[in-house]
Amino acid sequence: MNTHNSVSRLELVNITKQYPGCLANDNISITLMPGEIHALLGENGAGKSTLVKSIYGVVSPDKGDIIWDGREVSIKSPSIARDLGIGMVFQHFSLFETLTVCQNIELCLSKTQLVNIGDLASRITQLSEEYGLNVNPSRYVHSLSIGERQRVEIMRCLVQSVKLLILDEPTSVLTPQEVAGLFVVLRTLSNEGCSILFISHKLHEVTEICDKATILRGGKVVDTCVPNEETPASIAKMMVGDLAEQDAGYAKKEGTESVLCVSSLSLEPKQPFGTALKDITFDLKSGEILGIAGVAGNGQDELMAIISGEDERNIKSTLSLSKQDIGHLHAGERRKLGMAYVPEERLGRGAVPEMSLSENTLLTHSEGFIRNGLVDWQSIKDYTTTMIAKYKVKCHGEFSEAKSLSGGNLQKFIMGREIGQNPKVLICAHPTWGVDVGAALAIHQALLELRDQGAAILLISEDIDELFLLADRMSAICDGHLSPVVKTESTNIDQIGQWMAGTFIDNKSVSISNTTPAQKANS
Amino acid sequence: MDSDLIVQILFAAIKTGTPLLFIALGEVICEKSGTLNLGQEGMMLMGAVVGFLAAYGTGSAGLGVLAAMLMGALMSMIFAVLVLHLGANQVATGLALTIFGTGLSAFIGSGVVGQTIQGFQPIAIPFLSDIPFLGRILFNHDILVYFSFVMTFALIYIVNKTRIGLILKAVGENPHAANAIGIKVLRVRYLAVMFGGIMAGVSGAYMSLVYTPMWVENMTAGRGWIALALVVFASWRVGRIMLGAYLFGLASIMHLVLQGLGWSISPNLLAMLPYVATVIVMVIISADRFKEKLLAPRSLGKPFDPRNMA
Repeated sequence: MNTHNSVSRLELVNITKQYPGCLANDNISITLMPGEIHALLGENGAGKSTLVKSIYGVVSPDKGDIIWDGREVSIKSPSIARDLGIGMVFQHFSLFETLTVCQNIELCLSKTQLVNIGDLASRITQLSEEYGLNVNPSRYVHSLSIGERQRVEIMRCLVQSVKLLILDEPTSVLTPQEVAGLFVVLRTLSNEGCSILFISHKLHEVTEICDKATILRGGKVVDTCVPNEETPASIAKMMVGDLAEQDAGYAKKEGTESVLCVSSLSLEPKQPFGTALKDITFDLKSGEILGIAGVAGNGQDELMAIISGEDERNIKSTLSLSKQDIGHLHAGERRKLGMAYVPEERLGRGAVPEMSLSENTLLTHSEGFIRNGLVDWQSIKDYTTTMIAKYKVKCHGEFSEAKSLSGGNLQKFIMGREIGQNPKVLICAHPTWGVDVGAALAIHQALLELRDQGAAILLISEDIDELFLLADRMSAICDGHLSPVVKTESTNIDQIGQWMAGTFIDNKSVSISNTTPAQKANS
Repeated sequence: MDSDLIVQILFAAIKTGTPLLFIALGEVICEKSGTLNLGQEGMMLMGAVVGFLAAYGTGSAGLGVLAAMLMGALMSMIFAVLVLHLGANQVATGLALTIFGTGLSAFIGSGVVGQTIQGFQPIAIPFLSDIPFLGRILFNHDILVYFSFVMTFALIYIVNKTRIGLILKAVGENPHAANAIGIKVLRVRYLAVMFGGIMAGVSGAYMSLVYTPMWVENMTAGRGWIALALVVFASWRVGRIMLGAYLFGLASIMHLVLQGLGWSISPNLLAMLPYVATVIVMVIISADRFKEKLLAPRSLGKPFDPRNMA
């Protein structure tokens, strides 16, 4: 780290941003030195994203000053930020899938930059070797994995020789091995004097790589610290405010009899950018939680959709529930047989945004609340109200529209609704994604309770820590292949991490072609 | 069939396909930016009537085309302000624009129905028009047809080879990402919509100044809608639009040809050909969902509000 230079790279003074009904940033001040790797920590909704968007000119703050290399600047647009030397790697939506890597990078450069660089493709190749990014300029972005896309985004910043690189939760989509690779790149950059602002809520990563950390809560700076002098637990305490319950681990159980059996399931994707499922076989037993780890986009969505019946293709004789073939049944019929489903996407698939919570409850509970063809509104309202209370869903009442709830609260509602059906099998994606610590605990407990009552639970998540905490048996999915299923006690993060990267796929399938169906269609 | 007849058929197919080519070129640029303008028919009719009135009043067909372009631009700006600035629904607004244009053009053109003017005359391009066979098909047209050639090749170049083309695709695929890297999304979309309007105006002018040099109510006869299908048919590729436009042109004149050859099929049935072709093309294209999704601008029809980035 190079801090000999006394002039700070970036100084934020009293940044304030008010959104309707929410003070996102409240007098935030932060200083970054050249070469410093600075973590911005906080739970969802703490104001991290708003703050970095202010720095990058996507959001304009209501109040406060931004001082860049010792002089005050006004960053009104991303292009001004880029001219100053600020680069940002977004968490979502920032690459164009139908363009090549080279075209994507070209779009971010000004004409003078392009002239200075000369041949962009060879410059990309050169930087790619220098930093070990392994980015091929002529490939189309839609054919790249998530990790590769992220490296393209970093490349996009490198080409512009940035002085400050902002990374918004860069590791949430990477395998542990890819994270290690990313950290090597970040350290190299830092040694060259580039400052890095690193948003994360994975505490062990922050203690590993960051020089300093600023902790936000409710839009305010509540603390700063030097991460390698702290432990993840002590930082978590600062983030949450009170002592976060450290997950001591729950008792593991062994399932009894097989309930849901998937045998040799292979399926072409329905979507142009989907993943084909390749010969997937596993069985889910009653009274156990089976966790499937994997980086997003490796076939989880396709697997969930085909098991739940959302994907309506007939997969007769590959899927059975309680020894009954269900591959030809549609989603509603599968639900009647005792299957419940919590999709990843809460608004739109888990709940209808414009409908009230009661109406959303009715959608999956139609059996009990319909008499002589008419809806019994009174009992459904009562039921919903009880559920809201039980899962501490913050809302105005059962009449609230689903879209008016925050992500975490809606997740609690959907989990509660599905668990409330006492399902035989619960298929569940990312149960605590975007949920705060307290609510996550409640959801964990509800899942364990359901398991102890004898339900079979399939848990698909990107959060390895959570899977280790909850799952009784574990597996990983990579490029549509499912790894062996093992008992959680007999494996470790390292092994699962390698499986997530696909090391188990050796001779299992005849050929693992790198050509995705999307590429074929395009050529 | 002798070669003279073939030359005549192909010559007529190009002539008939030209208004489709113009309006579809405008629409494809508009759609590539992520904006779906269903007001093509209305803009085209307004272009036709204003172009005719201007040419009738001044005696200059050139001024007529210019007036039609301005009118098309004006109409498209009504659309742009509503959907881009105020975030109105693109489909509903586009339909309203078509209904508005149809009615208004009938109203302001009512005084000149049946009048005729001196339209553009064919210009044989020296040397090129002497090429056997091809010369007579391609290089013996009026100036607007040549203009459509130039526009097509210019657009192929711009869309595929230049930064402008990249920006256009980027805005149509992912306006949020485009905004984040500093592209002025709304400005790009305004310009693309305006280009669509101008081309619709030229297309209308072609109808009333060249194709049939007169004004008749609703004279575009659904060409604005066929153009929309054409864009999908061409899977948003400029080069294929030219091919598609001439194929549709050929389908439209088939009834005349077949009648000339003495086939005794009802002319009404044959006149349906281009419309039937449209339906069939749409069905075939939609059957291959996989491909359609890959080629269509990802954010087509979705509004973008730069203030709503959180």
